[in-house]
Amino acid sequence: MATSSIMESLFQRSLDDLIKAIRLQMIGESNFISKSLEEIRKELKSTDPQTKSTALEKLIYLNSLYSIDMSFASFHVVEVMSSSKFSHKRIGYLAASQSFHENTDVLLLITNQLRKDLNSSNEFEVSLALECLSIIATHDLSRDLTPEIFTLLSSSKLFVKKKAIGVILRIFNKYPDSVKVAFKRLVENLEGGFDQPVMSAVVGVFCELTAKDPKSYLPLAPEFYRILVDSKNNWVLIKVLKIFSKLGLLEPRLAKKIVDPICEHMRRTTAKSLLFECIRTVVTCLTDYETAVKLAVEKIRELLIDEDSNLKYLGLKALSILGSKQLWTVVENKEAVIKSLSDADPNIRHQSLHLVMAMVSEDNVTDISRVLLNYALKSDPQFCNEILGSILSTCSKNDYEVIVDFDWYVSLLGEMSRNPHCQKGVEIEQQLVDIGQRVKEVRRELVRVARDLLIDPALLGNPFLHRILSAAAWVSGEYVEFLKNPLELIEALLQPRTNLLPPLIRAVYIHSVFKVLVFCLHLFFVRKHVTSSSLDGLAQGMYDLDAEREFPEGPSLVRRECSSASFDCEQDEEFKPIIQNITGEELTIENGGENLVAFEQVSLSTSFAKDPSNHESIVGLIDLIKTALSPLSGSDEVEVQDRARNVLGLIELIQRETDGWLIQMEDSFKGGKVKALKMIEILHGAFSVKIGPVLRTSQERVPVPEGIILNDNLADLDSICGDILSPPTSAFSMGNRLFGENYGNSSLDLQKKEESEPSTESTSLLAEHRKRHGLYYLSAEKTEGMSNDYPPPNDLQSTVDIGDGTQDLLKITDQSLSSKRKPKHSKPRPVVVKLDERDEKPVSSVKPLKDSEHDQLSGAVRNILLGEEDTSASSLTKPSDKSTGKRRVKELSSKSESRPEDKLGDAAPEVGGSSSFRRSKHRSRGKEREKSPKNNDENKEGNSQKDKRKSHQHSRNRTRHRADLPLNVVAQTPVIPDFLL
Amino acid sequence: MIRAVMVMNTQGKPRLAKFYDYMPVEKQHELIRSVFGVLCSRAENVSNFVEADLIFGTDTRLVYKHYATLYFVFVFDSSENELAMLDLIQVFVETLDKCFRNVCELDIVFNFSKMHMVLNEIIFGGQVLETSSTEVMKAVEEITKLEKASNAISLVPKSVSSWQN
Repeated sequence: MATSSIMESLFQRSLDDLIKAIRLQMIGESNFISKSLEEIRKELKSTDPQTKSTALEKLIYLNSLYSIDMSFASFHVVEVMSSSKFSHKRIGYLAASQSFHENTDVLLLITNQLRKDLNSSNEFEVSLALECLSIIATHDLSRDLTPEIFTLLSSSKLFVKKKAIGVILRIFNKYPDSVKVAFKRLVENLEGGFDQPVMSAVVGVFCELTAKDPKSYLPLAPEFYRILVDSKNNWVLIKVLKIFSKLGLLEPRLAKKIVDPICEHMRRTTAKSLLFECIRTVVTCLTDYETAVKLAVEKIRELLIDEDSNLKYLGLKALSILGSKQLWTVVENKEAVIKSLSDADPNIRHQSLHLVMAMVSEDNVTDISRVLLNYALKSDPQFCNEILGSILSTCSKNDYEVIVDFDWYVSLLGEMSRNPHCQKGVEIEQQLVDIGQRVKEVRRELVRVARDLLIDPALLGNPFLHRILSAAAWVSGEYVEFLKNPLELIEALLQPRTNLLPPLIRAVYIHSVFKVLVFCLHLFFVRKHVTSSSLDGLAQGMYDLDAEREFPEGPSLVRRECSSASFDCEQDEEFKPIIQNITGEELTIENGGENLVAFEQVSLSTSFAKDPSNHESIVGLIDLIKTALSPLSGSDEVEVQDRARNVLGLIELIQRETDGWLIQMEDSFKGGKVKALKMIEILHGAFSVKIGPVLRTSQERVPVPEGIILNDNLADLDSICGDILSPPTSAFSMGNRLFGENYGNSSLDLQKKEESEPSTESTSLLAEHRKRHGLYYLSAEKTEGMSNDYPPPNDLQSTVDIGDGTQDLLKITDQSLSSKRKPKHSKPRPVVVKLDERDEKPVSSVKPLKDSEHDQLSGAVRNILLGEEDTSASSLTKPSDKSTGKRRVKELSSKSESRPEDKLGDAAPEVGGSSSFRRSKHRSRGKEREKSPKNNDENKEGNSQKDKRKSHQHSRNRTRHRADLPLNVVAQTPVIPDFLL
Repeated sequence: MIRAVMVMNTQGKPRLAKFYDYMPVEKQHELIRSVFGVLCSRAENVSNFVEADLIFGTDTRLVYKHYATLYFVFVFDSSENELAMLDLIQVFVETLDKCFRNVCELDIVFNFSKMHMVLNEIIFGGQVLETSSTEVMKAVEEITKLEKASNAISLVPKSVSSWQN
């Protein structure tokens, strides 16, 4: 036996050997590792502790750096831990802290070993055990070892003491009842500790505790204050500042108290870390104190112009915390902020972009966006998209709150789409459609932008733009009445390169062709009809003309104005809003919807009339569509095939009904054609119902139709299809969407309802159909990368000088931010359709549950600090505990009170808390009297206090008084205790 | 508190990994990989901070420092100060430097357990306990002495615990 173990240890690979061997393996490293793992498994079973511990050491190494699981060795870990040799023990503990966790079963076995080592006279053994505990302590371990830790808290050896303090955090978190035992000692260390390591450990623990539950630690504020004023150690000060930035938010009077010392530190310190922490404390919780904020901003400016990019980054970060509350601070530093936009560091650019966007307002949004777009052009793709994304999100915030000129914004969206790096297709798509639905006045410009996008063949090659093109196609189909040249658009929609589009988007294209075609045919038929038939015929089809006859002044005026507008739109840019105003007013006076249609048609018929050979152009149009779509009617993609066949079917139908009249140039207009006219009329009527925005929650308001028992029906489906049907949920939710839209339509667009009663049924059917095939149906397809052999898209911006973007922006923000508000908008802001509870996300009914352990902990801490029995938190408390707890509090309170008085009384009465402490004695008495009638318990409390007060110092009374308060805070209106005043 | 400490070389090979919350090894491996992915994409002379929310969950930051062929990475939450963490990396590296006299990657490769020893003196359960490299060195030397003593004893059995006072 003995010889074998010697042999083992002689020929065993050490960790060094293992490392060397691994480094020699150029290939097959994993092979080698699994081989040595086998070796280790064997060696672990050895009886020789040396062999075993070496094997374990190797295993830790592999576990830590090569991700080898070592849970199989947990029992061996326990064995090595219990070795009497320090070097073995150390390996054992390292292994334990690396691999043990809550569910490791051998944890039960190590309690005694840990206890033994915690009691060891060798401080390094104690430290090993503490280290291990600080990582792996569980509830049980914490409970069983609390007495040992408690003893170590007052150890004479600093080396051990500071680690005991460190471990207490884990113990408290895992076993809140330990607070009763150990909290007092912890506080003592806070009071008495002038040994730096101990102090920094204690403050560190309190910093963690406070971060989780600030309220419970308010009573310790005087202690922290003393440290803030006295300590010279930057680490400690940083932690105390962290604590105060939590407490200061809770207690305004505390904030007032700490302003001066913090400012003092800010002025004096040379350590940037402390300086930054001071700044952060000011910007998070002291924003009400102007002097402090001013000083902080001054210091931030120093950071911003510093060479060190770390400081610059942190400066920007502090500024963005402050900026949300006090924008002027950002404006004051805008030069530095904007300069950082072109920094090499992505972090810095990101932060400064964030800040620039925070400065955006109604007045400067145009300028800022313009300059940022130019920035985007010359920056790397990632940042470019970050810029685009933030412009998009800022501008669309709260229903496009900052946008006044929507025509401008829509053309900005068009410009963004042409940015070569643009990957924001989804967002732009969504906004194009959204704006179209919400803002009536912008539709003309929207259609123009969409046309420009659609007509450019180069854009089709960029898969990121496909979504935008889809929106553009939808928009131009939906608002076809604003098209200047429908023929041109149909050509664009059917251009050969559309085969680069994914099928679903192509389907949108074809569907838009359908809409435009119906529009053209309708226009054509109506004109034919007007010229050829008498006025008394076909009243139903002619409702629009009727309207015109009834109110001849309005529409004719409109017609005149609009024809001029559509002819020389470019020159009359500023004239347009006036026209729109007029028409708007006219139309609301008379019964709106019909006239609107009339107006739209009239205005377009004039523009269409530009084309002299009207009949020919229709024939040409039909030919073009037929040639382009015929091949697609056999497409593999159902959506494409479906749409193509729809269009072709319509053409066929029309041609049949008109007996080829469309092809022969015949002017007579007879019965058969009337049928075709009616048909087109119905279709057109359906398409001219505009889709409005839909409330996100509207689905819930749709009543379930009687007789539909979805669950029952679908349950059958489930059992039949089993798990084959994975996507039913998505299909179903799409149906929901559809319902919601219907509902939204009917409830919101009441003014459009009067449209063509005779065809309601078909209208609704068609509307549904169109919606289904329109925008929402197509949201989930992916864009594929495609080869692009076309030249890059026409760059509209290449003419703009992008070199001095910074200067531009500086100037711009200067102007627009300094002048309060310039009434430079020639147009009034158009109405943006909003829904009552729009965009209100469904409120989650589940409130974030508080961690129960954490609750217990804070309850326990309050018990200790406040000497009150919080019944809710610690029901386990026994009477005996109560008394001890109270006794401790007495000791604690007398200590914590007396110390500042001793310390600060002579040193700095104004700055320190001492003078105010004295004052508070009287005040607190008075307050107590006021409060005592509130409830019986407190009354009793008050009586007992009076007794005690006779025998004790006043300070006691104050603690008692404190004790009542946080409970009040919980139960009743917040009453703020005066800790520091 | 500090969530994790990592040392890895510029090829992404981990040299030291210490997590202060328990993580399964696969998760550790994945985290190290994604941290390296972020670090190697960053240019020289940029700031040393990385928002690590995507990798480690909300409210986490990451500070790293690049020395020769090694990245030193500290991951921590909002109760630590970014610049202080940067200083702490400095302290850690200084201590290693004292420990190995001009530390280089090879020292770190072959002194796995000593690295842990040093780190444990500085960071304890995710908290910073010691910021002076001299103090750390003192402790490390003591421990090394102790280890040597215990190994020496092993050759002469039954003389254990001579150091126990």
